[in-house]
Amino acid sequence: MFELFVTFSKIGLFTIGGGYAMIPLIEKNVVEDKQWVSHEELMDLIAVAQSCPGIFAVNISIFIGYKKAGIRGAFISTVGACLPSFVIILALALAFQQFRDNEYVERFFLGLRPAVVALIASPVFKLAKSARLTRYNIWIPITAALLIWLVGLNPIYVILIAGIGGYAYGQYIKD
Amino acid sequence: MLLLMLRLFWTFFKIGLLGFGGGYAMISMIQGEVVNKHHWMTMGQFTDIVAISQSTPGPIGINSATYVGYSSLVNAGYEPYWGVLGSLIATVAVVLPSFVLMVVVSKFLMKYKSHKSVESVFQGLRPAVVGLLAAAALLLTNEENFGSMSSCPWRFWISVGIFLFAFIAQKVYKMSPILVIILCGVTGLILF
Repeated sequence: MFELFVTFSKIGLFTIGGGYAMIPLIEKNVVEDKQWVSHEELMDLIAVAQSCPGIFAVNISIFIGYKKAGIRGAFISTVGACLPSFVIILALALAFQQFRDNEYVERFFLGLRPAVVALIASPVFKLAKSARLTRYNIWIPITAALLIWLVGLNPIYVILIAGIGGYAYGQYIKD
Repeated sequence: MLLLMLRLFWTFFKIGLLGFGGGYAMISMIQGEVVNKHHWMTMGQFTDIVAISQSTPGPIGINSATYVGYSSLVNAGYEPYWGVLGSLIATVAVVLPSFVLMVVVSKFLMKYKSHKSVESVFQGLRPAVVGLLAAAALLLTNEENFGSMSSCPWRFWISVGIFLFAFIAQKVYKMSPILVIILCGVTGLILF
């Protein structure tokens, strides 16, 4: 149990940015060192964790924790994966509250804001590739983006409509 | 305050439940719910939170849920210790749906993966998530983050330069996001 906690808090701690950076880390810790799952199992697990909603790193922790020690294992692994982030962010939020009005901090953040926009824009193209966009479905992301951006549609509805639409298409139209 | 906490829980529960496509797609949903719908913070504050979530250890979804939970209560005028409770609520809420779902799915792992109707749903979801991410970037491209061309051209053009630098550094040179954020922050410190 304690081992599950420590392993997943380590994985949670070293996942910076997107969840994909942590795959090699999981491989080293969970597959090679602890041998909790095999390499093939991990590959399947990655595919499933990607297609489930939620946070990739957390999904994998839940899954492996459950496999090792049932619901309690899943719970311990989840807490382990979330705790480091939680503590670090809270400490930063409390500190930032004090320094927010500091002139230098303010200028620093004004400078990095355009960079954040770029960092969100750049994976769009990578994601477009892995989503296998073709000229037949390219209208989906474009319409979705325009509806959210210009019409102010809540992204939650876009996800709901896209999921239901995909289901209806596969079930009733394609065949 | 109880109402705010309940709303916070429900908001992040929904985001956790529908958060297909990882942390970045979640950012778009958090933006839609927290900034546009509930007005718990401004777009500028939200951008700062994304910056901090991106450059600190931990999955971006957990980081931003924790931070938004904290800020929502503090922005509403409550003491910081209520903010801590807010971040706990948001984090638990965002993880809860995955927890239930993953435990269920792990019982039917292989069947689920190749099931035809699941595959159909994803044919719609995958392209939509690309749109979500693009929309998040477009919505963040505003006056609060770039300055205004007419009232402060200096800040505006430097912001555009920073944007282009960050985009190319990330896309072409695969520079680490943390390094990009630090470099751009220092540029702002010197030039603004």
